[in-house]
Amino acid sequence: MKNKYSVFSLIKNALSQHENWQQAWGNPEPKKEYDAIIVGGGGHGLATAYYLAKKHNLKNIAVLEKGWIGGGNTGRNTTIIRSNYLWDASAGLYDHALKLWENLSQELNYNVMFSQRGVMNLAHNLQDVRDLKRRTHANRLNGIDAVWLNTEEVKKFCPIINTSPDIRYPVLGGTLQRRAGTARHDAVAWGYARGASEMGVDIIQNCEVKGIKRNGDRVEGLETNKGFIKTNKIGVVAAGHSSVIANMAGLKLPLESKPLQALVSEPVKPIIDTVVMSNAVHAYVSQSDKGELVIGAGTDSYVSYTQRGSHNIVEETLKAILELYPIFSRMKMLRQWGGIVDICPDASPIISKTNIKGLYFNCGWGTGGFKATPGSGDLFAHTIANDEPHKLNAAFNLNRFVSGDLVDEHGAAAVAH
Amino acid sequence: MFLINCPFCGERDQSEFSSGGEAHIVRPKQPTELSDDEWAEYLFMRKNIKGIQFERWNHVHGCRKWFNVVRDTSNDKILSVYKMGEKPPVNYK
Repeated sequence: MKNKYSVFSLIKNALSQHENWQQAWGNPEPKKEYDAIIVGGGGHGLATAYYLAKKHNLKNIAVLEKGWIGGGNTGRNTTIIRSNYLWDASAGLYDHALKLWENLSQELNYNVMFSQRGVMNLAHNLQDVRDLKRRTHANRLNGIDAVWLNTEEVKKFCPIINTSPDIRYPVLGGTLQRRAGTARHDAVAWGYARGASEMGVDIIQNCEVKGIKRNGDRVEGLETNKGFIKTNKIGVVAAGHSSVIANMAGLKLPLESKPLQALVSEPVKPIIDTVVMSNAVHAYVSQSDKGELVIGAGTDSYVSYTQRGSHNIVEETLKAILELYPIFSRMKMLRQWGGIVDICPDASPIISKTNIKGLYFNCGWGTGGFKATPGSGDLFAHTIANDEPHKLNAAFNLNRFVSGDLVDEHGAAAVAH
Repeated sequence: MFLINCPFCGERDQSEFSSGGEAHIVRPKQPTELSDDEWAEYLFMRKNIKGIQFERWNHVHGCRKWFNVVRDTSNDKILSVYKMGEKPPVNYK
């Protein structure tokens, strides 16, 4: 790497008042033609470009981003990373990603602040208890760490939780994945962008795709606001806007795009050193390294591309947070925002070829795509480079909605989608 | 968050309603004759439009009746409301 980050580079740049840091990635104008183009410069898109260049030796590639990199859902999520999914296909996919997370800072020479602080999922009724216990068994059969905690153990692990038996949604126990945790979301996009740019990938920001040029059953290039760009391989990683891009190629996807909200509080001293998710009451909370509580809410029920959400959704989430953590009753919330998430009928993603040659889609991550960023990029790069899925994403093809072989993670994934 | 003008009850808060998704998806007349592709199209594929979308809503915490709405999904503005069985307004495409 040309400008390797290390303690020495930090000292050297400190001595020159930090005025000589090099630009971390280039800002090129698009070329006339590329071997492959990735549409969408979020974490998944940049990771795809990074692994295409690194593992599949495709150097003449571009990432097109209509805004700025990492400005979409990559910068809008609650940064939770875990792999405790029920079904074998999902477990394989998400644990592949988790294993890549464990070495990502070293791999990218960029501190993504991956913190394996554990993720705890709470059970509030008997059915939750049965479902979550079943899931811990399924996880362990797939080699994924998972333990069941009873109410006392939950309290011991996270003492600020209200475990009183007479609250509306009493805590009857929970599951814990210790290898799970959080990471710094922007750093993931920036680290992949820097790594990809270093290998010659063109990252083109403020470049919006306006149309897909087709010749019969294959793609020929993209119309953009920076002119026509020729290519015969297009990988679309456009999250909430996947259907919009698909429509340009005359394709329909099994997706609905909905606003998903999150909010952060004012910063306070360390109070919660893990991630706690509650499926039934729809409240997720962790604490950022700056000290803010990071709170995830639910999706709105209707299709919308507005990147904001309804107030009643936030209100319900905060009600639940207050009941579970009475200590937060006087916390002030600083910011609230929404991201547009593309949800599949079975709440599992699509990493797939399409019936148009050279057009690939990586979408449908719904409310939980951040955790999969490295794995998604790696497997999508494999799919694009070989025109065949990797065995880990074979189940996540578009054809499953025709064959009926769905990966039904609705509810099964320990999270209300 | 927005207000919806229920054709039976008048203007109410959106939180009183539940969204029924894309409107005018016709139920297959002869389900036994459908191919797998046609089933996938009917059950799963959605237009998911950014812009003017025709959709169904139910006033679930009110009169509990279903009706249709024309809404711009890029800004959540409601352009028209019409009852079930009525023809969709022609001035929106």
